[in-house]
Amino acid sequence: MHVPDGFLDAPTSVATGVVAAAAVGVALRGARRELDDRTAPLAGLVSAFVFAAQMLNFPVASGTSGHLLGGALAAVLVGPYTGLLCMATVFIVQCLLFADGGITALGTNIDLMGLVTVVVGWTVFKALQAVLPKRLSMVAPSAAVAALVSVPVAASAFVLLYAVGGTVDIPLGSLTTAMVGVHVLIGIGESVITFLAVASIVAVRPDLVHGARPVLEKRELVLHHEVAA
Amino acid sequence: MRRTSTKVVAAAALLVALVLAGVVSRFADHDPDGLTKVSQEHGFAHKATTHRGLLGGYGSLTGVVGVVVVLGLAGGLAFAVRRRRPDDERP
Repeated sequence: MHVPDGFLDAPTSVATGVVAAAAVGVALRGARRELDDRTAPLAGLVSAFVFAAQMLNFPVASGTSGHLLGGALAAVLVGPYTGLLCMATVFIVQCLLFADGGITALGTNIDLMGLVTVVVGWTVFKALQAVLPKRLSMVAPSAAVAALVSVPVAASAFVLLYAVGGTVDIPLGSLTTAMVGVHVLIGIGESVITFLAVASIVAVRPDLVHGARPVLEKRELVLHHEVAA
Repeated sequence: MRRTSTKVVAAAALLVALVLAGVVSRFADHDPDGLTKVSQEHGFAHKATTHRGLLGGYGSLTGVVGVVVVLGLAGGLAFAVRRRRPDDERP
């Protein structure tokens, strides 16, 4: 979903750039609470994994491909603030080293594929965690659902931006249908990759998964309670 | 059950990222992605302009370089903003 230069007009691109800069600023402050000596190395690895996985376009419909966005994955693994920093790093490197995504569109891409997928992914994940049983086995499926939802929402956010500052006048109804339709399919791939990645880490070291901490803390509370009783 | 060390998990994750970028990427689908396809079908693809990336395009070697660069930048950033342990907790 990398937006190239030229799809959105200059004022819209400036506005998305300001939003992206502000979001990264907030994330820099918030990430301090998520990162310590033990979890800091994971942030680099999550970012590297998202970068690598974004190179792997998979077919979704005739003549159309898609790839992982990764915001929900990053948020669940390292927390939403750190997750956004990981995603922003990926888009900056893709833009400067690979010309993947436009330069004036860098803010747009950080907003759509980073901010939106992290916020939506984390919100859906936390909502599921609130209603589902507090078990480790629920972490990866919840992350997968969060990932599935995050992709069409990001596509809808693009349509919103296009409605504000698109450079060619086109019917927004059919643009919405097309964008959401194809990105629901891409979201399925996103949820499969997210499930596999989160399930792998939860299987070996659940304590390293940010989104699994409430479950582990509850388990320890139960253990202490049983010992006390 | 012995706990897998953080170093082993990190090494495995890095290996996966390197193999994905260096090897599996050769089998990536080359069709246009969702947004590109939609822009072609809805008549705004011609508005796209491109610039030159410092590494050119994606390939096995440049992909691996990209993984290392991203790892260094995001990892360095995470180390810079992390909570330091209070002095009394240092071993």
